[in-house]
Amino acid sequence: MSAYVLNLITVRLLIAALTLLIVSFAVFFATAMLPGDTATILLGQAATPEAVAGLRNAMHLDQPAFLRFLHWLSGLMSGDLGTSYVNNVAVADLIGGRFVNTMRLAGITALFSVPLALTLGITAAMFRGSLYDRLVTILTIGVISIPEFMVATLAVLIFSVYLKWLPALSFANDVTSVWQLLKVYAMPVISLTFVVAAQMIRMTRAAVIDTINTPYVETALLKGASRPRMVLRHALPNAIGPIVNAVALSLSYLVGGVIIVETIFNYPGIAKLMVDGVATRDLPLIQSCAMIFCVGYLSLITLADIIAILANPRLR
Amino acid sequence: MSSSIPLFQKFGYRFSWVGMIGLSIILFWGIMALIAPHIIPHPVGEIVDEDYFGAISSRFWLGSDYLGRDMLSRILMGARYTVGISLAAVSIACFSGIVLGMTAAVVGGWFDAALSRFLDAMNSIPGKLSGLVVVAAVGSSINVLIVTLAVIYTPGAYRFARALAVNIHAMDYITVARTRGEGILYIIGSEILPNITGPVLADLGLRFVFIVLLLSGLSFLGLGVQPPYADWGALVHENIGGLPFGAPAVIAPSLAIASLTISVNLLIDNLPQKIRDRSA
Repeated sequence: MSAYVLNLITVRLLIAALTLLIVSFAVFFATAMLPGDTATILLGQAATPEAVAGLRNAMHLDQPAFLRFLHWLSGLMSGDLGTSYVNNVAVADLIGGRFVNTMRLAGITALFSVPLALTLGITAAMFRGSLYDRLVTILTIGVISIPEFMVATLAVLIFSVYLKWLPALSFANDVTSVWQLLKVYAMPVISLTFVVAAQMIRMTRAAVIDTINTPYVETALLKGASRPRMVLRHALPNAIGPIVNAVALSLSYLVGGVIIVETIFNYPGIAKLMVDGVATRDLPLIQSCAMIFCVGYLSLITLADIIAILANPRLR
Repeated sequence: MSSSIPLFQKFGYRFSWVGMIGLSIILFWGIMALIAPHIIPHPVGEIVDEDYFGAISSRFWLGSDYLGRDMLSRILMGARYTVGISLAAVSIACFSGIVLGMTAAVVGGWFDAALSRFLDAMNSIPGKLSGLVVVAAVGSSINVLIVTLAVIYTPGAYRFARALAVNIHAMDYITVARTRGEGILYIIGSEILPNITGPVLADLGLRFVFIVLLLSGLSFLGLGVQPPYADWGALVHENIGGLPFGAPAVIAPSLAIASLTISVNLLIDNLPQKIRDRSA
């Protein structure tokens, strides 16, 4: 790896860090704009002025907003996510186990959607213009144009209402066998896979077609190579960079999808926690969850950029 | 149809029939949004069916909802909120995005760099997340929703318009205009804007789809349009209990959203090349 590439990657990482700083700024001030005094809201109308002043002091509300932002940021860095307004539990404790649940859901979805999307995307590009290709294209555009909750409700209608294979809208916590575990995860994973795979198929197909349009692939075809050989041997090795980039970018759609899917299926993850937090206006909880999602989203996008840099042979 | 094709050909535009279908569905929902209060068969708030989650019948064309209200009327009225809020938001987002984008391309320098960096950072907050944070902080009302959706989609519109405007700005006639002593306003309005209109309008359509999807998603979570008003996402949210019975009250509003978003996509994909790629 040359110093130039190293330099490019360092710049990309610095930009990511700067972006994260701006994002945390935005998240903090969007939630700090709350009209009314938080201490008064928490203690209710009947609170004595001394109690309000005491709480304001304890919550650092009497300090200027910028100091509070620094205080909050340094807390985040050291793992202190604050205390929930609603039930006075440390936010870190609320998030802990649920974070693992969400990561598990995202991981299983990635495990299914990546191979599926790559196969469909590459074969669609291979037989470009055929009935199969058009079918895949129409399906992916269809899935992209409809809201995520519709994908999930359609999955429920098909798999549990008409086929009666899986339970509808219920997330049982009493999982005792592998079979039950499969049943419990099936619906959320199927819905998320549709949402993520549709994006990935489109981008993979576009990346492969970009390479197919180059002169050396045309030469391979003119030389007499079959279409599969032309794509798999000549085009694909050069399309790997863009494809991995597409995979990382599409996985960032998990962030939006997970919010809807966890809510519909009542899945005990951080997205559900956050949506519940919005309903009760539990700001420390929302800030922390928002930051977790932003970090996840930003790391995937930065990863995609770095892969694109590494995969570009001109930079090597 | 036969009379409309020569009209388009006169301008050198040709619409494929798929694009025409998309356009007619969009026009249908637009007209419905305008005239809904005059044509709904039953008042939206009134319980008219003694059964809840009623099936499709000759009296209730799309069944009834979880309280026994007429679903067809609620969907027609819902079109006003879904189409209206999205249209308002997309207009604000694209207007500010395009003006900022063209200004950044013309002014250049640190103004361009700082604005681009800031808006790129805004762009790396997922839309649904910004929506949740804002609703948590200031609560949900129709005005808040319009402003939030507009702010979320401004960076994308900015990026797109700036990229187009930078290309145009490198043209000789801009240099000529500058040498002539024209101001920024003239260059933006009379030299750059006419040359990026086509692609920018196509981008506006796509952004409209994103906004409809995000608005429906927020309403579906119960954090968007609040009762007694209901957009299509909120209609799915309030009737989600009918899902295990396959009630039309859950399916019909979802189909309404899908018909609108898919139509806009079809229309844009089938726009004449001339409109789409004017900058190329």
